[in-house]
Amino acid sequence: MTSLHTQVRLAGVALAAVGTLASAGAYAQAKEQFFPILSYRTGAYAPNGVPFANGYVDYLKLVNARDGGINGVKITWEECETAYATDRGVECYERLKGKGPTGAAVVHTLSTGITFAITDKTATDKIPIITAGYGRSESMDGTVFKYNFPLSGMYWTAADMLIQHLAKKEGGFDKLKGKKIALVYHDSPYGKEPIALLQERAKMHAYDLSLLPVTHPGVEQKAAWLQIRQQRPDYVFLWGWGVMNSTAIKEAVATGYPREKIYGVWWAGAEPDVRPAGDGAKGYNALVFQSPAGKGKVHADVMKYVHDKGQGTGPKDEVGEVLYNRGMVAALLSIEGVKRAQVKYGKKPLRGEEVQWGLENLALDDKAIAALGFTGFMTPVSTSCTDHMGRSTSYVHTWDGSKWVKSSDVYQADMQIILPMVRNSAKKYAEEKKIQPRDCAKEMAG
Amino acid sequence: MLYRENGQFKTTYRDDLAVFPIRQDRVFIGALLAVAFLVVPSLASEYALRALLIPFLIYALAAIGLNLLVGYCGQISLGTGAFMAVGAYAAYNLVIRVPELNFLIVLVLAGLCAAAAGMLFGIPSLRIKGLYLAVATLAAQFFIDWMFARVKWFTDYSSSGSVSPAAIELFGLTIDTPQAKYLFVLAVVVVLTLAAKNLVRGHIGREWMAIRDMDVAAEVIGIRPVYAKLSAFAVSSFIVGVAGALWGFVHLGAWEPAAFNLNLSLRLLFMIIIGGMGSILGCFFGAAFMWFLPILLNQLPTALGIPISTATIAHLELMIVGALIVFFLIVEPHGLARLWSIGKEKLRLWPFPH
Repeated sequence: MTSLHTQVRLAGVALAAVGTLASAGAYAQAKEQFFPILSYRTGAYAPNGVPFANGYVDYLKLVNARDGGINGVKITWEECETAYATDRGVECYERLKGKGPTGAAVVHTLSTGITFAITDKTATDKIPIITAGYGRSESMDGTVFKYNFPLSGMYWTAADMLIQHLAKKEGGFDKLKGKKIALVYHDSPYGKEPIALLQERAKMHAYDLSLLPVTHPGVEQKAAWLQIRQQRPDYVFLWGWGVMNSTAIKEAVATGYPREKIYGVWWAGAEPDVRPAGDGAKGYNALVFQSPAGKGKVHADVMKYVHDKGQGTGPKDEVGEVLYNRGMVAALLSIEGVKRAQVKYGKKPLRGEEVQWGLENLALDDKAIAALGFTGFMTPVSTSCTDHMGRSTSYVHTWDGSKWVKSSDVYQADMQIILPMVRNSAKKYAEEKKIQPRDCAKEMAG
Repeated sequence: MLYRENGQFKTTYRDDLAVFPIRQDRVFIGALLAVAFLVVPSLASEYALRALLIPFLIYALAAIGLNLLVGYCGQISLGTGAFMAVGAYAAYNLVIRVPELNFLIVLVLAGLCAAAAGMLFGIPSLRIKGLYLAVATLAAQFFIDWMFARVKWFTDYSSSGSVSPAAIELFGLTIDTPQAKYLFVLAVVVVLTLAAKNLVRGHIGREWMAIRDMDVAAEVIGIRPVYAKLSAFAVSSFIVGVAGALWGFVHLGAWEPAAFNLNLSLRLLFMIIIGGMGSILGCFFGAAFMWFLPILLNQLPTALGIPISTATIAHLELMIVGALIVFFLIVEPHGLARLWSIGKEKLRLWPFPH
């Protein structure tokens, strides 16, 4: 009868599954705002996913402990492991979006692939999605992408600022003529996004762009670096994530390509990217997104209210690392979106649709940032119905073997080049998806 | 006691050839379909529909396609994900380039494109067998992955290489609610499952099985290996292609080539091995095992209020699923479908086993 027992057990498992399904949905009304967290603490991208998630959660904990929530509305959250896989990400999003008294306030995916899949759903679910520094570049067009917010930057602005940096280094855009630039990129929408802009700029400045894709997860890059050895490009742009970044730097060491000439995007410029390469990473450059490594006023608060009480999500040493700080800023953007929306809709738990208004009307200037204790760790953000990004600024920092050091002026993305591309691309998306763009002027009046 | 066929006499050939010869089975399947079509859409939460049932049904469909090839015809394939991709991209290109087409026609055409690709990559099966064939189909996986990532025409020159089609429209209705999507997928799955079940009971299925069991003997009794093998590749890839189109259009809504990578092929292969090779029912078991179980394990600690970190849960999930796969394969190498049929046998004799 063993098999019958197995059958009974199987049936039990199935019943338990049905039970969990049914219980999702019934929640008591409480003065709580729910934040879903799609994180990845396992897999090839975990080295970068973990500090970001820890920073995000720590900041939520801090706001609860220090301020008692968002104007009295307590913050709740739940993490769901995506392992950077799109299908699990979609499952996580579906699992978490209805939790809390008002459903998910706002979601970060920290994955371009998941962003693409979820963008399709957030519009009908009316849940805003913040992709600060990543996601679809054209989604800064708020008239088409009502619920997407690539706050403070996206891949096109990053690529643009890298080219500006090279031009400055070489002594003018005209000096870029004939220079060879190789883009070593993760072969996914994430890595492919900057290509359009780099090609646009290549037309203007007549540099040579060679594209060297690296397949997921990026531990095998011999072919790409062999080509670099042969072509000897003047500069290499690195568009990697997770283990791909540290592998690339190690390959550069093996190839003998000078690290000083490698420029990573802001997703390839954190401690987990350079540390595994040891001394070899010295001289490697990358962009900074909003916050560099280091500690400010807010970190003292995190120590005081979270870590010293034994509530820290990760190890104490990682507080102040690049990705930890970026996770904190991401949490701050979520919370400020809710706070802004509370001004219009009242100090109560808000629905995603209401938070969307808050994110669309963000006005975080230097003064507001200072009040939050983020001076030096965040760039001002102001958004509108048409512009879901705000200003995108960045600078380059260099790894000196033990820490990141600022090594350039601050650049601002040239929107005269980027905006037409955004409008074109968004228009094409709207046609394909049959979306009627919003009339922002009319909404402002109404 | 309940499950007994005493007194059910087959008086016609028609009765004898029925898909479900036992009345209780017919009642059970009928009730299951009624519940799936009528009760589930109104009761199940949006999460259950969109995140659990729709992917489960599509996985089951793809597994059926693969099972026809591997389980029934004995040709190992590691290119399932690629054939799903062919279906998805074919459907996408048909929808954007010929917008007048009814989506059902698009699905059929997408399936036919996948079938053509499947036959093309099935040609090596005429000369090579077993693991060597697996490697040849692996080439299909890599080549098709590469093609959709590199040839920009397929993705309509999208800058990031990902595509996002509009919601499906069918006879003037837009299929965008979870209920509508679920019903649409369910209908497609039921129709194709029935077709597959009847195919394997017919002469084509018997040819496939003869080839699987011993190709030389099959050839001696007059079965043409070329026809049998290529038809298995074509039918299998057709179903897989339709599943791919559904995966892209209904489940993901927007996708990139990586959505159909080798991982997906392997996962589908695991599904049919665990569910049961050469069993249509087994595909559903396998898909349920590989899709529901990890998600259930992932949610269990939170639902029970056990404080474990997300990372630990994720690792535990992998370990337990892995252990269970090994466990089931040791206990019943013929898969969950075999367990089911043993259970049915026992139930027939219950409560007086001899």
